[in-house]
Amino acid sequence: MADFKIAIVGSGPGGMSAAAHAAELGISHVLLESTDHLSDTIYKYQKGKHVMDEPQVLPLRSPLDFVAGTREHILEVWNTQVAGHNTNVKYNTEVTEISGSKGDFTIKTKSGETITAEFVVMGIGLQGNLRKLGVEGEDLDMVQYQLDDPDEYADETIVVIGAGDAAIENALALTKQNTVIIVNRKDEFSRAKQGNEDGINKAIDTNVIEPYYNSNTVRVEQFDTPLGSGEIGKIVLATKNGEAEVNCHRIIARLGAIAPRRFVQSCGIEFPSDDPAAVPALTNQYESNVSGLYIVGALAGYPLIKSAMNQGYEVIEFIEGNDVEPADEPLLKEKFRKFSARNKNMSVNDVLDMITTNVPLLSGLTTLQLREFMIDSDMRTPAEGEIIFERNDFTNTFYSIVSGEVQVQINPKDPSQRISLSKGAFFGEMSLISGHRRSATILAGRNCVLIETPRRSMNKTISSVESVKRVIDEAFLMRALQAKIAPNTPVEKLQSVISTATLKSFKAGEVLFNEGDEGDSLHLVRVGSLTVSKTVGGKEVVLSYLPAGNYVGEMALFGDSHRSATIRAAVATETICLDGDAFRKLADEDDDVRKRVQEVIDSRKQVNVQMEDNSDSGTIISFLVEQGLGEATDVLLIDESLCVRCDNCEKACAETHYGTSRLDREAGPTFASIHVPTSCRHCEHPHCMQDCPPDAIHRAENGEVYIANNCIGCGNCQRNCPYGVIQMAMVSKKHKSSLVSWLLTGAGLAPGDCNLKKAKQDPDAKKMAVKCDMCKDMPGGPSCVRACPTGAAIRVNPSEFMSVTNLENY
Amino acid sequence: MMHQSLFVYSGYRYFKLSMLLIIASVVAYAIHAPVDGPNGGTWLGYTLGGLGAFLILLLMWFGIRKRSYKSSMGKVEGWLSAHVYLGLALIVIATLHAGFQVGWNLHTLAYVLMFIVIFSGIFGVYAYLRYPELMTKNRRGNTLELMLIEMSELDRECREAASQLTDEINKCILESSEKTKIGGSIRQQLSGRPQNCATQAAFNKVTELNKSLPKEMADDASRLMTLLGKKCELVQRACRDVQYKAMMDIWLYFHVPLSFALLAALIAHVVSIFFYW
Repeated sequence: MADFKIAIVGSGPGGMSAAAHAAELGISHVLLESTDHLSDTIYKYQKGKHVMDEPQVLPLRSPLDFVAGTREHILEVWNTQVAGHNTNVKYNTEVTEISGSKGDFTIKTKSGETITAEFVVMGIGLQGNLRKLGVEGEDLDMVQYQLDDPDEYADETIVVIGAGDAAIENALALTKQNTVIIVNRKDEFSRAKQGNEDGINKAIDTNVIEPYYNSNTVRVEQFDTPLGSGEIGKIVLATKNGEAEVNCHRIIARLGAIAPRRFVQSCGIEFPSDDPAAVPALTNQYESNVSGLYIVGALAGYPLIKSAMNQGYEVIEFIEGNDVEPADEPLLKEKFRKFSARNKNMSVNDVLDMITTNVPLLSGLTTLQLREFMIDSDMRTPAEGEIIFERNDFTNTFYSIVSGEVQVQINPKDPSQRISLSKGAFFGEMSLISGHRRSATILAGRNCVLIETPRRSMNKTISSVESVKRVIDEAFLMRALQAKIAPNTPVEKLQSVISTATLKSFKAGEVLFNEGDEGDSLHLVRVGSLTVSKTVGGKEVVLSYLPAGNYVGEMALFGDSHRSATIRAAVATETICLDGDAFRKLADEDDDVRKRVQEVIDSRKQVNVQMEDNSDSGTIISFLVEQGLGEATDVLLIDESLCVRCDNCEKACAETHYGTSRLDREAGPTFASIHVPTSCRHCEHPHCMQDCPPDAIHRAENGEVYIANNCIGCGNCQRNCPYGVIQMAMVSKKHKSSLVSWLLTGAGLAPGDCNLKKAKQDPDAKKMAVKCDMCKDMPGGPSCVRACPTGAAIRVNPSEFMSVTNLENY
Repeated sequence: MMHQSLFVYSGYRYFKLSMLLIIASVVAYAIHAPVDGPNGGTWLGYTLGGLGAFLILLLMWFGIRKRSYKSSMGKVEGWLSAHVYLGLALIVIATLHAGFQVGWNLHTLAYVLMFIVIFSGIFGVYAYLRYPELMTKNRRGNTLELMLIEMSELDRECREAASQLTDEINKCILESSEKTKIGGSIRQQLSGRPQNCATQAAFNKVTELNKSLPKEMADDASRLMTLLGKKCELVQRACRDVQYKAMMDIWLYFHVPLSFALLAALIAHVVSIFFYW
């Protein structure tokens, strides 16, 4: 007879929830935790960190409560409730070995104790143990491996070791009050997120942080008596130029965590691949290949707290032999309600099966992936003739056709020219990939059932399911070719060109090919933009700017094997590279293609002649491209020959946005009286959107990238924005004093003054990321432009602005 | 067209409107022949007076509109364009309203105030046309703040270069970093030149002392002179920047208060006419 029916290893959200549910049901159980507190991973979060309860729509199914809040509050609730349920927790019990199988498991602990159980639930997460320095002195008091609250330390010399995001974030936060030194084993910080890499490099360039590159720790020593300047010890580093000693108050080493893979494998659990990111293969009931051994939480591939807690509940039910339906079932039921009602009350599983059968694109998704995909998506049943989206809209959702058909208006001048897409097809991938406006208007056809998926979920699916990525890339290619080069060529003929296509990516400033190079391939810009330049009088002169959707290298079609100009990526760019021979063959067979390409060549020649006469325009283009305008969709420019520096634009911005201006007029570079102030450019693929935990950053129909109210103030977007246009601000929605009273009596704040003080007093005020939203909710458009008294401030779309005719008139 | 200045706003809309008002007023004035000569009390006098008073209120409303950031009643640029052209038209309209009569009275006070306001405004237009471009050129891509940072960086380098030189030189350098002043009183701001510039003084002094320095100090001294020369040039540019900004701001200190004075005088003028005439 085993000691317990269920032994749960690890008291993270999953394990804790399982133990509490077992306690609730009166099942004999034990929760084994290696530390002296619950949920070590969350315990180690930075002090005061706001913990989120994503996915918000998912209902919580656990005897323990969990709502978004501070780390302290959440831990307190759990401590109270775990105790309240009479959960049997054994602290300071580190498990070293699990052996046996269903009905007969033996668990050995570090202290030599042996525990037997019929079932084991493993919830040890991925954090495992924090990696230590591994040198003499690694356990001294002055060495720490995490940082709760950077504001706790002041006037200290602190050495931060590591080159990852945690190390960089700690180092940057500590600079506010301390002298910070960062030690990197390599010579760059490329492992970190873009925003953090830029942040640390900037801090190093401006001498805010002193770096030690290519350096390893040799030992740490603590002094018997602190130095006169207060340092209590030193760290010895092996650098390229020999040993270096740094006196300091504190060492913070952020070296990541050791994955528990070896331990997991020692329990008999198999991993599907050697990929370090792989998680063990599990049944739908979370059982591993060892029968009776279940895995929940991050180790099972569920890194979110709420889903791990739900799993903890479910795993106990499964062990008890109850087949509970997944927690998201009611959500999917509601999503499919309208559709099921019309289709003989199909069950959720029936609808999911139908989607898998009807939409080949989604057939590669596992059931779990598809469920998650559908929770994020919408099931739409538009009436015949209803507009799904219009040409030039800036939306970027993705659509799959489950049944029926849609009509695509291919010619904007003649709405009656349509082609239809039917069951199994998909659309919307052009805007999703290029970040551009919709290229056609789409109307619902008969019996149309669509799945509309938001950008973030679609990108997640594309990056995690290889088959989805392949199919979408191919479709993008085919449609781009049809749209730009060969609209009337049958698909079969295009196939031969497409089979030669390869995807190429270029960094900002990288050359696709140089003037005079040999080569005959054609590049179609998929993401990003290019500049075309030529050497005139020994100097490189930019001739034109080409946004996504255009192609270069077309001269090769006419037998010219030397490149006539240099092509450079203006920003990070992806192109589809087509083989010259295949393309020439296509043009030879299809006169229409040849004519179209000839037209492009002719018009380019014209522009080139114009530009060579007017090289100023070229210099302006290269200046604007250097400022990153190659990826902008709408940018604020100031003509400094008209700007009287009154700052009314900033005041207007502050006044219309709760007292914080989202633009800095004076900052930013100027060239030939064109000034690019620090203000959002509404990028094609916004960097800020990359890593927004609550998915609060969106793009509106007219292209505005804005931050919604569910911002949690984490600052990721601020770090990720390469143009420094996002700030964290206290936002108070309290009304200010009136303009008339200020004008007449001087009472209250002057227009445009920041009401930070008021915001600090306002208990409802919230720290949020703020940026330009192009005044999307204001009639009349952006207030900066409307408030400019002299007409100096203008907003332009760079791909229209950077054309020769416009620059001549500027 | 991508953008346009306030003077050409909307195809010279307000210039055309002003010309229309001026021509109409002049023609009416020429045709109209009242028995007791042109004055404010005839039907045309009242009409022009009413129009003028309306224009003054409209022009002053610009101050409100400029600060009503949420207003969608036209762009501020359009308002300023109208402000400039209609303000100029007011010269003709008000003069014709008065029928060229002036005297030592309240009515003429309002007239004179109006002229001062308009002429300060004309200076404003001149400043707005002239200084923005000069400012951009003078800044060479920097902001005033960056220039000040660059100056303190030069100060640091100067101290370093001077460290092996004589005490007298070091004293100059210290004074240059502590006593160099940008801006100051309104007069100093408007002058656009550094007053008793400590950096210039240091430069002169070092040049002079340089002649008598021993050979081994020559390298440091010439480096120091280059640095001081750079700083002098920077100080001059910073002072010019302050001057340009001051020129663009100064006239408003006359234009705005005097327009309130004008408003008061105008009210008194209108009230007195209706009650005591």
